[in-house]
Amino acid sequence: MKARVFVTLKNGVLDPQGKAIGHALNNLGFEAVGEVRQGKLIDIELTGKDESHARASLKEMCEKLLANTVIEKYEIELKP
Amino acid sequence: MKSAVIVFPASNRDRDTAEVLEKVTGTKPYMVWHADSEMPNVDLIVIPGGFSYGDYLRCGAMAAQSHIMRDVIAKANKGVAVLGICNGFQILTESRLLPGALMRNAGLKFVSKPVPVDVEETQSMFTRRYRKKQRVVYPVAHGEGNYFADEETLDRLEGEGRVVFRYAGGENPNGSARDIAGVINEKRNVMGLMPHPECACDPLLGPPDGLGLFEGLVEALS
Repeated sequence: MKARVFVTLKNGVLDPQGKAIGHALNNLGFEAVGEVRQGKLIDIELTGKDESHARASLKEMCEKLLANTVIEKYEIELKP
Repeated sequence: MKSAVIVFPASNRDRDTAEVLEKVTGTKPYMVWHADSEMPNVDLIVIPGGFSYGDYLRCGAMAAQSHIMRDVIAKANKGVAVLGICNGFQILTESRLLPGALMRNAGLKFVSKPVPVDVEETQSMFTRRYRKKQRVVYPVAHGEGNYFADEETLDRLEGEGRVVFRYAGGENPNGSARDIAGVINEKRNVMGLMPHPECACDPLLGPPDGLGLFEGLVEALS
């Protein structure tokens, strides 16, 4: 199985990098660009076929290491 | 007082810290490698500054999962004094020994300069040698020192006298919430701060404002 984990800052947590990217896009002439938030994408290959077990294990990975839940939230995508 | 300094791959203030500890205690501290699983029996553990594990994933995230940190956490929970400086502070928040998190500096730039800092709390073994509101100058050198915690946590820290160091008015170098430069845990045996007191201990390098922190620890723990 292949998993894709998205880690982003929680709503309300200031994202200065996202802001800087937004400014740069505005400066490039993309006037429609409003707020920009950036984050991380982590691809993980997993052995085993049990999807619910994989989901539980990915959640634990996020809580323990991949995200710092004080400031970040995460989303998990799982593909067979 | 017996002390130890943890050494991670890419720690870089470990030897500055060791030098100060030797100066104030008269004994060389143990230098403990991150892959070791057990801490020697000491009164003070220092987690030094640097860029442990290349700051991969998040500053301090990898180090917080290292072998030695399991025993550091166990010792901290038993009451052993733990001081985290800069990357050490980041590691302590990632290990959940201290609340909050250290984010990218609000100005996005790495900041390296001496910064005036106010000692907010003297009721701790780390700051007993200072006067309340004493202004000291410690160097900072970090790109991720922007202290964040939710409002409720910040209120609790303030209410419990756990904001130990605060950047002087108008001198906040990184956007930290409420100008917080250092905090202490509930049991008051684990403290972390972004500025470097260990780099303000030799008169050759400027006023030795950081010495009081280490001398206070020797006094409290000997």
